[in-house]
Amino acid sequence: MIDVCSNFEERKWSRFTPKERIIRFIFYVAILSSIIVSIRTIEVIPEFLYDAPEQMADMLNRMWPPDLRYYPESIHEALLETIHIATLGTLLAVIFAIPVGVLVAENITPYRWLNWLARLVLVSSRSINSLVWALLFVAVFGPGPLAGVFAIAFRSIGFIGKLFGEALEESHRGPIEALQATGATKLSIMSMGYWPQVLPTFWSVLLFRWDINIRESAVLGLVGAGGIGVSLSTALELFYWDRVCMVLISMLVVVAAVEFVVTQIRKRII
Amino acid sequence: MVELNSSQNRAQSRQYLGRRNWLVILCWLILFLYLSYVFSLFELTTERFLIGLDNGAKFLSRMIPPNFARHELLIEGLVESLQIGIIATTAGVLLSLPLGFLAARNLMPIWVTWFARGIIVLCRSFHPVIVAILFVKAVGFGALAGVLALIVASIGFIAKLFAEAVEEISLKQIEAVRSTGASFTNIILIGVIPQVMGRFIGFASYQLDSNLRNSTMVGLVGAGGIGGTLFAAFQRFDYDFVAAILLSIVAIIMVGEGINNVVRRIYR
Repeated sequence: MIDVCSNFEERKWSRFTPKERIIRFIFYVAILSSIIVSIRTIEVIPEFLYDAPEQMADMLNRMWPPDLRYYPESIHEALLETIHIATLGTLLAVIFAIPVGVLVAENITPYRWLNWLARLVLVSSRSINSLVWALLFVAVFGPGPLAGVFAIAFRSIGFIGKLFGEALEESHRGPIEALQATGATKLSIMSMGYWPQVLPTFWSVLLFRWDINIRESAVLGLVGAGGIGVSLSTALELFYWDRVCMVLISMLVVVAAVEFVVTQIRKRII
Repeated sequence: MVELNSSQNRAQSRQYLGRRNWLVILCWLILFLYLSYVFSLFELTTERFLIGLDNGAKFLSRMIPPNFARHELLIEGLVESLQIGIIATTAGVLLSLPLGFLAARNLMPIWVTWFARGIIVLCRSFHPVIVAILFVKAVGFGALAGVLALIVASIGFIAKLFAEAVEEISLKQIEAVRSTGASFTNIILIGVIPQVMGRFIGFASYQLDSNLRNSTMVGLVGAGGIGGTLFAAFQRFDYDFVAAILLSIVAIIMVGEGINNVVRRIYR
């Protein structure tokens, strides 16, 4: 009895194997050193820092009170344009994203190279920011909301396609096998087997992306792609900070309203 | 009787289907009307689209092959973007930890959570570029404005998800720790942190990814990083250099995603 007890005490308990511990240690060292290196080498001009509070106070002073007359003059129309850009961009993105999502799902498209191609499309769509896409499309279509629509669409393909593809990969085999057993065609399997399973995910991804796109399309105007950003950049370039403040307030209201609408739809339908 | 029932059911389901079809058709109709309205609003005609395609082809031909001749400028910008992303993520994570706790409804009094939630919502509601514009005015051009803007963005994202994670923890362990007479700090350290640490690391690595993407863009408004170089190249019509920059950004993001996967495997 006593023997068992002493044996028990001698045994060492640890959560990780030595290899895991070493890997974790290396990982921590890497993180810490990258942080330290970044902080020590980043170029910050200290002179600018000294008067930062002053500048901030100056900016807030100029912002208040907001210029209410700017709203009917320019903001209202631009806000509507922003919402149209976001909505149209999301719809366009869906049209592109569904086929790419199907191609990326390994259980539907059994060709490795097609999967990789689709994944490359999705990653490049996501890693190029919507502002950069906007720059590209302004060069193609000229300044205006059309460039904004395409920028939003191309940025959203990666997001919608990735989540849609993942939903397809996670769908249950049961209904698919049942359909295959009846001798259904590929198209029927897609529309009757996979589509109903991914439908809820599809809607929620769509709503989520629309919400994000409203925010993103608000800044596209900075590079000339239409929407509320145009009003913002005009006001900024002329240093009308009270107008800037008005733009920011109206953006805040729209974003809050959109978030409210999205949560309501989510509660009712999904 | 059974037959009657089934025929009733069938009639009901037919009625239901009819109503559904009608709704679906209505939705498509609304969509169609909306699209035609917006298309006319944006003056989207096939002619303009074709001109655009033509422009696009010219544009692409000038982008290929990408020009890596000015790689010093490129590397400098990329390194600064990386610095911005890393510092912003670190600071954002450190600030989100306490803020997330303050916003968790199951640990804090209600007025504290409202205050913390207000800050989080404010951080989340503006696009990082807009925040960057304000910080450029406050602290001048350069990387610092970008760092501050991305810290704000990180707080808005991580603190919100972290607060939700804390709200979902099991209260049994906290009760157990509390019954030993532990102080509030100990309850947090021993009872709460271990339960949420795994998810927190997941959020942080996701945010690093997203900050790296965004740090390539805050330069557009003068807040440091590769974005400034990109914008300048665009304005000088150096489209081959633009292509080089874009390819490097995509490459860096892909490497970052790979590292993220490794991290996730370590902490599974």
